[in-house]
Amino acid sequence: MHALHQVLHAFFNPHSYTLAMPDVWAGFQVNLRMMVIAEVLVLVLALGIAIVRGLPGPAAKPLRALAIGYADFFRGTPIIIVAFLVGFGLPGLQLGYISNRSFTTYGIIALTLVYTAYVTEVYRAGIESVHPSQRAAARSLGLSYMQAMRHVVVPQAVRRVIPPLLNDFIGLQKDTAIVSVIGVSEAALNAGQFSNRNGDFPSYVVAAVFFILITIPLARFTDHLVQQRERLERAQAF
Amino acid sequence: MSTNGAAGAADGGAVFSPGAGGLADGAPSIDPFVDIRGVSKWFGDLQVLDKISLDVPEHDVVCLIGASGSGKSTLLRCLNLLEHVEEGEIVVDGQRLTHERVDVNALRRKIGIVFQAYNLFPHMTVLQNVMLSPRKALGLSRNEAEERARPLLRRIGLEAKAGEYPDRLSGGQQQRVAIVRALAMQPKLMLLDEITSALDPQLVADVLDLVRELAESGMTMIVATHEMGFAREVADKVCFLDAGCILEEGPPQQIFGEPREQRTRQFLSRVLEGGRMA
Repeated sequence: MHALHQVLHAFFNPHSYTLAMPDVWAGFQVNLRMMVIAEVLVLVLALGIAIVRGLPGPAAKPLRALAIGYADFFRGTPIIIVAFLVGFGLPGLQLGYISNRSFTTYGIIALTLVYTAYVTEVYRAGIESVHPSQRAAARSLGLSYMQAMRHVVVPQAVRRVIPPLLNDFIGLQKDTAIVSVIGVSEAALNAGQFSNRNGDFPSYVVAAVFFILITIPLARFTDHLVQQRERLERAQAF
Repeated sequence: MSTNGAAGAADGGAVFSPGAGGLADGAPSIDPFVDIRGVSKWFGDLQVLDKISLDVPEHDVVCLIGASGSGKSTLLRCLNLLEHVEEGEIVVDGQRLTHERVDVNALRRKIGIVFQAYNLFPHMTVLQNVMLSPRKALGLSRNEAEERARPLLRRIGLEAKAGEYPDRLSGGQQQRVAIVRALAMQPKLMLLDEITSALDPQLVADVLDLVRELAESGMTMIVATHEMGFAREVADKVCFLDAGCILEEGPPQQIFGEPREQRTRQFLSRVLEGGRMA
């Protein structure tokens, strides 16, 4: 009985919830901002890099190599290290503008660098899944390589990769908590500070619930899209 | 290249006529419209085309027949530069395709190709499929492109389907859309690559009727086909391909009536057993 009482007190003390809520909510708004900005940047940059990686011909070889090197580096490096490199490294360079940004901005940069590398691969898989005959048909009608990509290949590729792309975004949304290590005053950091002051853990529970409240709908929406596509493909098979 | 697609649409016949202008206008040219000289091609170690030479005068229809893998499709893809020509020379309408500095995109606008698998763009409506390249490759406005596309769709009886996506159409309808999509560029040469091979038999006739109409309108065409009855009817010349060579060529009456080569006879008798000879 004593142990149960201790658990209840440490995690579910109603009074602590009321106290923790404002701090954690204030922090979570920073998480939300980082998510939205990073996701928009990732969507655009990753598509650009995926297209560069698929460019044909020997002239584009250095560009392709650069794109591959980028993806290899940032997919292979733990996000916490990228956060340190950006959050402590860029200010350390003392380069004026880029060394004087807020921690939140550095957090967004770190998240964007890492997740662009992942999403590049997602886009690439989508582009490669479009049958070569589609590109041949577009080129045979006199469209240039880039016109064929833009109007024929990429629109089909993007539709196909929306579910895996949203899965990566669930990861990104959770990883906004990791960049607290460079001092971004977001939900996890605020929850930790509150927990230290108060000696209990409801602040962490509050933070967890905030994250769950936005990731679960996204996960269900992704499932829905996958099922919809499967239904569509079954219907087309007949 | 003429841009009077809308004006031409007034009478049905003009909708399909090949693009005007170019060398072949006016006095008859001495050079053939399509001149293929000693074209060879390999996929790795496998030689798929072996010194192919072929002349096609303007307004003629040439049918390529032969077993699968004999090189018919590869030859057509070379003519559209979808495949690299490793040896030999191809000249179309006075322009050397095999020149290394050739403007591939400009050239393809004059040469339409239709594939066995239709290859319509599934994320676009029928109308958008037909309008895409006139808009993007020729720079026509949306209205101009639509004025060009609608009469073509009307001509094949599918104007009512203009707003549908390709997966709502039958195979025969999709293939006819693919043909007019190529025609919307007002090409001077059409390449048809076994365009009825993927169709259910009852859908073949509509597509062949459209090709027949195209031939009568004076379109220069090179057609790879397994439809021997059709080849006999529309072709000015039939070429029998075997292992990447043109083994025998001649007027359809001769090729189908009294083939000289043993292998042509063998091929035709097998096709006859297969019921493809109408």
